[in-house]
Amino acid sequence: MHELLIIAGVLLIVLNIAAGLIYVERRLLALWQDRYGPNRVGPFGLGQVIADMVKIFFKEDWIPPFSDKAVFVIAPGILVATLLLTFAVVPFAPGFNVFDSNIALLFFLGNSSLGVYSIVLGGWASNNKYSLLGAMRASAQMLTYEVFMGLSLMGVVMMADSFNLTGIVEAQRHGWFIFPQFVGFVIFLIAGIAETHRVPFDIPEAEGELVAGFHSEYSGMKFGMFFVGEYMGVTLVSCLITILFFGGWLGPAFLPPVVWFFLKTGVFICFFILLRASLPRPRYDQLMSLGWKILLPLTLINILVTGAVLIYLQ
Amino acid sequence: MMVKIQIDGTYYDVKPGKNLLETCLALGIDVPHFCYHGAMGSVGACRLCAVKKFRDPCDQKGRIIMSCMEPVNEGLIVSVNDPDAKMFRAAILESLMINHPHDCPVCDEGGECHLQDMLVMTGHNYRRFDFKKRTHFNQYLGPFISHEMNRCIQCYRCVRFYDDYTGGKDLAVFGSHDHLYFGRGEDGILESEFSGNLVEVCPTGVFTDKTLKEHYTRKWDLSNTPSVCVHCSIGCNTIAGERYGKLRRIMSRYNGAVNGYFLCDRGRFGYQFVNVENRIGEAQIRTSKNSNPVEATPDMIASACAEALSGSKKIAGIGSPRASLEANFALQKLVGKENFFAGVSRTEHTLAKTAIDILQHEAIHSPSLKEIEKADAILILGEDLTNTAPMAALAVRQAARNKGIEVAGNSGIPPWNDYAVRLKAQDVKSPIIMANPFSAKLDEIAEKTYRAAYSDIARVGFAVAALINDGAPGVKGLSKEQLSMAQHIANALKEAKNPMVITGTHGGSEDMVHAAANIAMALFLHGKEGALSIVFPECNSMGLGMMDGKPFEDLAGLPADSTCDTLVILENDLYRRADQSLIDDLLERCKNVIVLDHLITGTTLKSDILLPVGTFAESEGTLVNNEGRAQRFYRVFPAEGTVIESWRQLKELMIFSGNHESASWENFDHVAQAMSDSIPAFAKIKGHMPGADFRILNEKIKRQTMRFSGRTAMNAQFSVSEPKSPVDPDSPLAFSMEGANETPPSSLVTNYWTPGWNSNNAMNFYLDEPNGSMKGGDPGFRLLETAATKHILFFAPVTGAFTPEAGEWEIVPAYQIFGSEELSSQGPAVAERIPEPFIIMNRRDAEEAGVKEHEMIDLTLTRSSLQVKLKIDDNIPAGVAGLSTGLPGMPFLKLPESGRVKNSKK
Amino acid sequence: MFSILRSLWYTFLHAFHKRETILYPEEKPYLPPRYRGRIILSRDPDGEERCVACYLCAAACPVDCISLQATEDKDGRRYPETFRINFSRCIFCGLCEEACPTYAIQLIPDFELSEYNRQNMVYEKEHLLISGTGKYPEYNFYRNAGVDMGVKGKGEGGNEHPPVDIKSIMP
Repeated sequence: MHELLIIAGVLLIVLNIAAGLIYVERRLLALWQDRYGPNRVGPFGLGQVIADMVKIFFKEDWIPPFSDKAVFVIAPGILVATLLLTFAVVPFAPGFNVFDSNIALLFFLGNSSLGVYSIVLGGWASNNKYSLLGAMRASAQMLTYEVFMGLSLMGVVMMADSFNLTGIVEAQRHGWFIFPQFVGFVIFLIAGIAETHRVPFDIPEAEGELVAGFHSEYSGMKFGMFFVGEYMGVTLVSCLITILFFGGWLGPAFLPPVVWFFLKTGVFICFFILLRASLPRPRYDQLMSLGWKILLPLTLINILVTGAVLIYLQ
Repeated sequence: MMVKIQIDGTYYDVKPGKNLLETCLALGIDVPHFCYHGAMGSVGACRLCAVKKFRDPCDQKGRIIMSCMEPVNEGLIVSVNDPDAKMFRAAILESLMINHPHDCPVCDEGGECHLQDMLVMTGHNYRRFDFKKRTHFNQYLGPFISHEMNRCIQCYRCVRFYDDYTGGKDLAVFGSHDHLYFGRGEDGILESEFSGNLVEVCPTGVFTDKTLKEHYTRKWDLSNTPSVCVHCSIGCNTIAGERYGKLRRIMSRYNGAVNGYFLCDRGRFGYQFVNVENRIGEAQIRTSKNSNPVEATPDMIASACAEALSGSKKIAGIGSPRASLEANFALQKLVGKENFFAGVSRTEHTLAKTAIDILQHEAIHSPSLKEIEKADAILILGEDLTNTAPMAALAVRQAARNKGIEVAGNSGIPPWNDYAVRLKAQDVKSPIIMANPFSAKLDEIAEKTYRAAYSDIARVGFAVAALINDGAPGVKGLSKEQLSMAQHIANALKEAKNPMVITGTHGGSEDMVHAAANIAMALFLHGKEGALSIVFPECNSMGLGMMDGKPFEDLAGLPADSTCDTLVILENDLYRRADQSLIDDLLERCKNVIVLDHLITGTTLKSDILLPVGTFAESEGTLVNNEGRAQRFYRVFPAEGTVIESWRQLKELMIFSGNHESASWENFDHVAQAMSDSIPAFAKIKGHMPGADFRILNEKIKRQTMRFSGRTAMNAQFSVSEPKSPVDPDSPLAFSMEGANETPPSSLVTNYWTPGWNSNNAMNFYLDEPNGSMKGGDPGFRLLETAATKHILFFAPVTGAFTPEAGEWEIVPAYQIFGSEELSSQGPAVAERIPEPFIIMNRRDAEEAGVKEHEMIDLTLTRSSLQVKLKIDDNIPAGVAGLSTGLPGMPFLKLPESGRVKNSKK
Repeated sequence: MFSILRSLWYTFLHAFHKRETILYPEEKPYLPPRYRGRIILSRDPDGEERCVACYLCAAACPVDCISLQATEDKDGRRYPETFRINFSRCIFCGLCEEACPTYAIQLIPDFELSEYNRQNMVYEKEHLLISGTGKYPEYNFYRNAGVDMGVKGKGEGGNEHPPVDIKSIMP
């Protein structure tokens, strides 16, 4: 019973945050661009969230006749499913998680890799050259960043001596890993952005060149699932940054742990939006060379140094 | 032989004997000009065509010359783009612009203005002259042309065209220096039959189209379609412009073999009948024989047609010389060959058959208008060309100049040097001999005129043939004058290099046509070409004559029970072709009369089922002109309501009648194909015309210009959503501004435009040389096959000499350019020019009858009587009277055979 | 790397800037007199229609949303019989105003053209014609043109000599 409540709670929180982010992102972007953003529907324009939901549910759900229909329908589901599954291992507060796994971090990495299938399949099934190009870029990008996303966390794992996320948080009682693992943090942040296809690494979508890339042909709620999936991804990566580098729920006792957790996560979500408000999109080849030529060696050096220091301290 | 010249550093091989300006235009080089016109040559008046000429390759300085006055010789070195020449041209234009008013927005010429083009071409774009402009009062010039003298730039093109080219007398230039005034002595209607060409000849907006003014549309907004004039048998090529579903104007379409640059006023302004009120818009049915037809629903029409056609034992059809070949063919298919009647009177039918047989004779050549222009001796037998085939009259006028051009040529003056040629030639004219019962306009250029009744004209004609060749049968009992006249004509024709005989069927005299044929054949035996041009009454008389048909009197003459149950009449007002009683009786006898027409006529009022069909502007078809040239006209705009093309309507009727042969006629090409397959005379039509599937670069040919405006607003009052543009399944033309930007084949030119040339002077760039042929050959092709008979059989004279009888006159028809043609008379502008019915008599005859000039007199004919105005013509022989023919409101007159009339003063 | 951080920082600082948005419709924006909004047809100082139906606006219109038909009154004065603008197509480029030789067609600072029914976006002449002169109070085309269309006689314009007497024999 307790577990069911937690599952329901996590689902509720994650989906609400994802939906709410649509509003938050638009308001924040507007704020940084000296505009108002949606401010007409309800108080502060909050009704915009509901209006958008209603709209997206009632839009014509069109499956192009030239598409591979089964794959086309499944693709957005894969994205949402993998992301939701990953949230199962995220500890929001002590005891407030669905499944406290020993290999939670590996689970997260594995699931996020699965997410790319959604995009590749969606782009392929659309049977549209732009979508296919988007999907191809997405797979290349994922392949690149998946490698050192995992490796960048190895420093944290070595220091915490655990793949268990609760264990990692507990290991930070005496100091957040952001300080010893700053390089790892930066690399994970960049890889996280790339994983979620957010600006500036939204190359698979790239409206300007690819007409929304892999989801060109999607409309209605299927598009909505890609859309919500993106915000869920943002939330997930923010959660993990909080857990891995910023001590998770740990914080002064005047606020309950879960609040600390969401506060920290919220800051990173806002940071993601700030990135979108300020940075232009790099070229595809620049992205790839950044990954392979700079970030990968840096990650390996980080592991080496962390390992050396740990051995030395022992 | 070609000569090599150098223009702006490039060498060209060009034809000698031309001037530099026309050579440049033929090469596609933009040389600004005003006074030069392809048909009229050059006079060097406007100074705009200045270019620089260099003495030899070492000459760096050069000197400015007028390119229109410079003969093209071997080694000529010129520069068109030389800065001095450019500056000179800009300065000339600036001075021409000093008095030009600020009128372009309200000027009808705007957008197709030669002056505007020249301004852009020379680069004069800013007015520096800050003083007052001279102004002029305008004149009323009749219902066709409006006058705005302020805009004149004194190029003299109008008087050169009007006076020198067409022989007009009433347009002149007055005043001097910058007070020059081009107009009439006093306000009044321009008399020339070719005044409409002033619109195209004038490089600015002094003379503009008054009929266009009533529904004014700029050139770029017109949807243009190549068409063929339907108002006489010459078949001039026209461009018909449409806007908002109405025919807006007719412009001339160049055809080097037919009309060249020009059109007559009947052809240009006769189009208004397409837009008139009494067009038939919806199908109608009449319930009893005594009522008029009323509009009915499509279902009622369909069932009535099905009942009439499937339930009939015999269906007869009457075709029409003003309907296309394909429509007549569809009718022939519907009713069967044996029941197809040609829709012309027996006289006309016999004459047409005779004429076609003659023209197909090997010894005879049917000349084009271009060839008539080249003739140096012409005998016109009994035809008032100015009224029956005006453009042929214009060609004859040019032929009259050939002797003068030759005289000038002997002094080394090239033919294009117009003013010099005229000065040298003075009154020297090629011999043109007019033999006509009454005075005609062409008399003024005739070397000799012969006035007599048709029978006497024919007798003299036979005598001429006999004098040229002994084998031709002579005529006995000629008077001394007649003999000397015949001798004179024979000598003139024998001496000429290109003698020509022109006659026509308007007089209704078969003898005359035979006589003309005899002369042509005699000339052939004399070693000449044997050129004979025969003028027919209507636009497709020739084509109808080539089909197997009988005169409709054959149908009317059948006994009542075997006439027919159902009679289908195609675009024909029978009351114009036979006595009222005969037609009344015929229509009464037929159980069902189905009439297909576009205007309400006496015949349509008597129809049981009246089906609306398109005019030339709403249908497509092939017409055969008097030369035997088949030319196609295309749909100008999609018809409104239930109006469809005649051949489509007949196709539907065929299906009603249970004949499903027509079911496969999906577009016009299929009918044309079926026709050339089943009628040998038209076998050539197949494959000669670009079919509906013809494409340039995979695209149709656009009717609209690239500047066509208002596309998203012109129908917005009905629905803001733009309708699909109409589809034309029957031709390679599209109702669209989208299409290949290539020059279409010559018969499909919709619009004359070339970069820098928005006016009709762009025409020159569609020709192989100015006044030459269209690039790729002139439109249309000759159908006449000469029969392979070496044997020349002369015709024998039939009728005797004409002897007047006291108190009676032989009535000869006096056709009128405005009024005698059925369709053009319906338009308001032409209607204004239609004269009152009149009779022409000798003064002595009139005195004997006790009537005075300009009085209304009662004329009693064998079967009818009417009131006409008397005109005195002292040239008309005694006992002969000319009667205006075919005017609206006049009863049918069976002319001239039974025309013995009595005259009583009222 | 540094420039990226600096961009982030500058963008972040915009959170404290004043917002540029004007909260239309509560707050109306200032529109300059030459603002290119709704199209009108003006009248000349004598109160007559300025439009002479020359078709230049229609020809200039890149979306072909102007359609008119010229006609003439008894004096020969040319004016549009119908004049239609399909505002659902209009892109307010102002080329028609540029092309107009008589200052008749003018764009005015009014952009509030919304309709529930698209058909109402089609404006006929009676909707377009205003009773004033618009931006150009003085100009009257027919006073400057050479034609006599009932506004001034031949040769009565400021830049014209009196009409020539063609019967005169003076040089």
